[in-house]
Amino acid sequence: MPDVTFTVDGKKLTAPAGTLLIDACRKAGIEIPAFCYYPGLSLQAACRMCVVRQEKVPKLQTACTTTVAEGQVFITDSDEIAQARKGTLQLLLGNHPLDCPVCDKGGECELQDMVFKYGAAESTYADAKNHREEQQWSPAVYYDRPRCIFCYRCVRVCGEGMDVFALAVQNRGSSAVIAPNEGTQLDCEQCGNCIDICPVGALTSGSYRYQTRPWEMNHVSTICTHCADGCKVTLGIRTTADGAEILRASNRDSSGINDDFLCAKGRFGFDFVASEQRLTKPLVRNAQGNLEPATWEQAFQAAASRLKAVRDEKGGNAIGVIGSNRTTNEENYLLQKLARTVLATNNIDHERTTDYPAFAQALAGTTGKTASLKDIATAPAILLIGGNPTEEHPLLANLLRTAVRLNKTRLYIANSGPIKLDRQARLTQLVPDGDFAKLPAFLEAGAADFAKAIAAEESLIVVFGQEFRGESAGKLVAWGLKRASVRFAYLGDHSNSRGAADMGLLPDLLPGYSPAPVPGKTLGQMLSSSLGALIVVGADPFTSHKFPSEASKKTFVVAIDLFLTPTAAAADVVFPAASLYEKSGTVTNTFGDVQLLRKAADRPGVKPEFEILVRLALALGADIKALVPIGVSGTTGDLGQSRGAQMGEADRHSVYIKGHNLEPRLSPFDPIALLDEIAQTVPGYSLDRINLLAGNSVTTEIGAGPGFVSVAALSGEIAPAHDTLFTSSALGRYSDGLNKIAQHQSPAQSTAAAD
Amino acid sequence: MTDQESISIFSPATAARFDALVLKYPLKRSALVPMLLYAQDEIGYLSDAVIAEIAQRIGITQLDVRSVASYYSMLRFKPAGRYNVQVCTNICCMLRGGYDILDRFKKELHIGHKETTADGTFSLEEVECIGACSWAPAIQVNYDFHDELKPDLVPGLIDAYRGKAAAKGAK
Amino acid sequence: MPRLVSHPDEVKIVSQRFGQGAANIDRYIELGGYQAVKKCIAQGPDWIIDEMKASGLRGRGGAGFPTGMKWSFVPKQSAKPKYVLVNGDESEPCTCKDHLIFLHDPHSIIEGTIIAGLAIGAKTGFIYLRGEYRYLIEIMERAVADAYQKGFLGKDIFGSGIEFQIITQTGAGAYEVGEESALMESLEGKRGVPRIKPPFPAVVGLYGGPTVINNAETIATVPHVITMGAAAFSAVGSARNGGTRLFSISGHVEKPGVYELPMGYNLKKIIYEVAGGIWKGRGLKAVVPGGSSTPCLLPDEIDIGMDFDQVAKAGSMMGSAGVCVIDDHTCMVEFAQRTIAFYQHESCGWCIPCREGTDWIKKTITRIHAGFGEAKDIDNVTTIGNNMLGRTFCPLGDAAAMPTLAFVKKFRKEFEDHLNGKPCPFAHKN
Ligand SMILES: Cc1cc2nc3c(=O)[nH]c(=O)nc-3n(C[C@H](O)[C@H](O)[C@H](O)COP(=O)(O)O)c2cc1C
Ligand code: SF4
Ligand code: FES
Repeated sequence: MPDVTFTVDGKKLTAPAGTLLIDACRKAGIEIPAFCYYPGLSLQAACRMCVVRQEKVPKLQTACTTTVAEGQVFITDSDEIAQARKGTLQLLLGNHPLDCPVCDKGGECELQDMVFKYGAAESTYADAKNHREEQQWSPAVYYDRPRCIFCYRCVRVCGEGMDVFALAVQNRGSSAVIAPNEGTQLDCEQCGNCIDICPVGALTSGSYRYQTRPWEMNHVSTICTHCADGCKVTLGIRTTADGAEILRASNRDSSGINDDFLCAKGRFGFDFVASEQRLTKPLVRNAQGNLEPATWEQAFQAAASRLKAVRDEKGGNAIGVIGSNRTTNEENYLLQKLARTVLATNNIDHERTTDYPAFAQALAGTTGKTASLKDIATAPAILLIGGNPTEEHPLLANLLRTAVRLNKTRLYIANSGPIKLDRQARLTQLVPDGDFAKLPAFLEAGAADFAKAIAAEESLIVVFGQEFRGESAGKLVAWGLKRASVRFAYLGDHSNSRGAADMGLLPDLLPGYSPAPVPGKTLGQMLSSSLGALIVVGADPFTSHKFPSEASKKTFVVAIDLFLTPTAAAADVVFPAASLYEKSGTVTNTFGDVQLLRKAADRPGVKPEFEILVRLALALGADIKALVPIGVSGTTGDLGQSRGAQMGEADRHSVYIKGHNLEPRLSPFDPIALLDEIAQTVPGYSLDRINLLAGNSVTTEIGAGPGFVSVAALSGEIAPAHDTLFTSSALGRYSDGLNKIAQHQSPAQSTAAAD
Repeated sequence: MTDQESISIFSPATAARFDALVLKYPLKRSALVPMLLYAQDEIGYLSDAVIAEIAQRIGITQLDVRSVASYYSMLRFKPAGRYNVQVCTNICCMLRGGYDILDRFKKELHIGHKETTADGTFSLEEVECIGACSWAPAIQVNYDFHDELKPDLVPGLIDAYRGKAAAKGAK
Repeated sequence: MPRLVSHPDEVKIVSQRFGQGAANIDRYIELGGYQAVKKCIAQGPDWIIDEMKASGLRGRGGAGFPTGMKWSFVPKQSAKPKYVLVNGDESEPCTCKDHLIFLHDPHSIIEGTIIAGLAIGAKTGFIYLRGEYRYLIEIMERAVADAYQKGFLGKDIFGSGIEFQIITQTGAGAYEVGEESALMESLEGKRGVPRIKPPFPAVVGLYGGPTVINNAETIATVPHVITMGAAAFSAVGSARNGGTRLFSISGHVEKPGVYELPMGYNLKKIIYEVAGGIWKGRGLKAVVPGGSSTPCLLPDEIDIGMDFDQVAKAGSMMGSAGVCVIDDHTCMVEFAQRTIAFYQHESCGWCIPCREGTDWIKKTITRIHAGFGEAKDIDNVTTIGNNMLGRTFCPLGDAAAMPTLAFVKKFRKEFEDHLNGKPCPFAHKN
């Protein structure tokens, strides 16, 4: 649309013709109040708060429905407008309960803010307000009917946004209410977006209600720990006597790739952090063979002395290291560096949920072929193959729906059965018997309508997941690479699965997928051989692999975890670790978007893995400056140590730091020090720091270095987590919030399955 | 469709009518409001089963059906009497004694607004304008209009409908 | 059966077949029916629209928009099908004229609908009747079936090769559905919540297609305009107000009923001559001139011609031409209360000012009438009314506010007489 010029309050503004006046004004910093208008959702013109005066038009106009055209003249700020808004607020307050002091929303309520601005607090009504009882719709969502102002945001976000349609208006006029789909119960995805979007306290959160006042919390934006999409989540933190607790997870800061979206896990699954079952003291196995609490120093000594002994007596090859899908990039990098340099072993792996190495190999030598989440939001066409994003990648599903709805993105789905996103799809293709390996040839042949439509797309993003591993992933990517403008996104399972692979928690690949000179043992191989010692960080191979095997019974096990998992329970030394919400660093989502974590909660007795690993290295007598490059100048962060080839290279680090205007880090416990190193050593991780530190997602590219060796045998060690909307592998077990929701939803699900 | 007919809670005639109704409009959903009204005529009110079947026939959610149904004042979610007496008390009727008619019905039937007689024969409702303003005061008994009423005509009307009910009941 | 009335001053055009058995298609034809549509088929769309424009016919649904002009707004070319929609929701209190057309002359509506369809190039017409009019829907459906039988509707109407279908529809109790866009929502099986405008129905209407929506009386008038000729029709009425109107006269008159009078006919004469004067020999207190949403007029304000422009000049509106006459034994607070109670009941609740405003005005006036009012309540009613006026999503808010403001302004003394625990001074009843 061509730009037009129009006047608002005497100021000349320019915007594309057809822009909504409210958007144009807000962009120009002219505040237009609104309850019902919400960017991206359908127009309502119901609240009448956005009224403005348009020249030559007899009635006040709603800025939320007026589109701008050349030469128009508007007044948005005058006595008349202020009176109109005040009048509407007065009407609204007539029936609205004035229980602000006990209302969850008090302090961040849009109605309060508007009354503050337009002043309509004095009531002239003598009659009783219409009262109705509050309803609990689910463990997650409560509805206080008298507080509802009928902006219809919840109805729209549930229907248009989530494609769930679990809310609707019922009755007419002043007896209208919002009603959930099962009478008084809400059967839905329990995302709670309706709570966040409610401008007042009509919809409140089961986990947050009556907990605190908003101004008594600190609001820390960090990255959700649950799935591999990496939503930004704002945690409401309250200081306690000995730390800081999380009271709420919300979208208060909607600046992330997820905008206003969070799923049930992101919103209600934070409570595992405060679980009674959290480990808060190091444990050491005593002479009687029982784990007993120990001081940190005792535990480090116990672990280090045995590790050292095994290394020195049997060689590094007798030590295994298993990393985590949920720890930070810096921790993962540090772990593999510690293993490869200090412990002298290449036996390093993690519980793989998808085959990132195969993806990296397939893309070797290319650039610009991966799609970030932001690309999904704006793509003209997307081919989704396999999986069910609604359950496993809720943010991706939301972005796909939004792209189809607002950008007219053409979505194609090839799958082994129907999924909910089919409703947004332009075309769907059944993949018989889930034989995804045949799909590239099918698309190549271009005979079927589906393949023809795909072939006609000039620019395409192909989203696929664990159905493709090893060779089949290679074939699919190869098919796409033959075409001009195809980009890929590969779906993994956990909040930093991608980071675990990128950072080289792999026996045969160093950070950035460059081949290890001598490949070590895979996770499976480690568990089935008789290692002298095993370090397990944030993983539970005893559950996933029925460990310990006969062979490994005598292995000395060091576990670092949040909970006493079966693995930790069988370990000899256990360190209590901090969760992702209790530390800083970076994580990489499955699309390669790197985001910054900010420490939100503080649980006494736990430490971030980063610190635990540094202290362990100290106890092992390692040169910390070599492990974590710190210091003002002349640091000798020998970057070659983990990269074989460049062993012995001089101080490239300080040159890099100076050259990039970065601040040298002083503490060995500062993960950013390692990020500085990662930026140099891991291809694609030379990140736009300013954006990263500002809390934006920064995209990295995956791609294998020269000499990449594919380990076909590894495919067998990939075990997708298949988490659903209300499960989050090990963490989910410790979230009461999620478990209650899952229980609430399960009767409805079983009846749905029956018909 | 055949499947649906076999489990329909409606009479064969009504079910057949509904089968035709969804084909009558450019959009299936246009059949919703009439279907709800005709279903109520047959079943007496919009029971959960009625909502469920109509939702299925139109291909929308039950919530959606409820949302629409609860908008229209003639539709009800609770049973009414066999003869639903709807007395208009809107201004034109009021001016010519609409409230007297309503009061007389209350007195004769011993029920109030939106109540039903114990035997289920009558229910009473005060309604908005029914489009008989020049012939006020007017009422509707189910869909039958009775206009230019006087309170003294009320007992006779009630008797007539009682008689009808008895005749139908005997059949 | 509603009683038919008659008065020598009546000019029976639209009502000429009332009481003649014209619901029967053969009888309708015998009385000259279905000739206009044939003429229209011969003359073509442009001619029809020119005739309608020249006739001065203005919409009978309330707003009085010139019908010919409305039809001319429909784009000639359209990717989506076009529709004609007949508004027979007739729910504005004081209005019962469409009732008689459906009852006595359903074919005139069918004929008018076809003509509208020809004019705009629509192949389908919908006739929507309020749910309470079940017996009239049955009459209408019978008439439509007969017209199909005769080949007046269908794929090839009157052997012209032109297709036109008519579909009847029932509402289920909702005044707001009479608003044109709410009517389209209802017809699409949704809640009767109006749509955002623009786009206007002539461009994006029913099922997204260009749609002409007219009141039932407007449509029933159309064949007569064609038959009489625009000039003759226009000559019957007053300036810029062509033809006649069906006036629904109700309230405290000796001879209430629906009378067809030329546009511009004097209101005082309507009350005192046509309708036989105030009943029981009483005096006149006020007149609601055009349905319950129009501001009332005082006895000294009624010496005016009843057409859209003259009533507007007198500070009210002609609206649906439902004239409700109020005698001097009536409590205006109670009348105001019953009026606002209706709008409170019928507000769809979509927008804040209407949903909350009608509720609070109702609560307040109810309390005043019950004798529990305070002095500030009266001003508060005015304040709320002014906060609704022109601010609501659709005109229902205005329809509720305008009469209320007039009642308070013109009968403030009666409101004051109810204050401070005083019982209603009119409680003695008639
Ligand atoms: C709240 C409201 C209720 C209305 N009810 C009716 C109605 O019952 N019948 C009607 O014909 N027009 C009604 N109208 C007017 C219609 O919106 C529309 O203007 C009319 O049907 C157009 O037809 P006309 O141009 O032939 O008058 C109503 C308008 C509003 C705002
Ligand atoms: S004015 Fe608002 S609430 Fe009232 S009927 Fe119109 S849209 Fe509904
Ligand atoms: S006021 Fe009673 S029918 Fe109109």
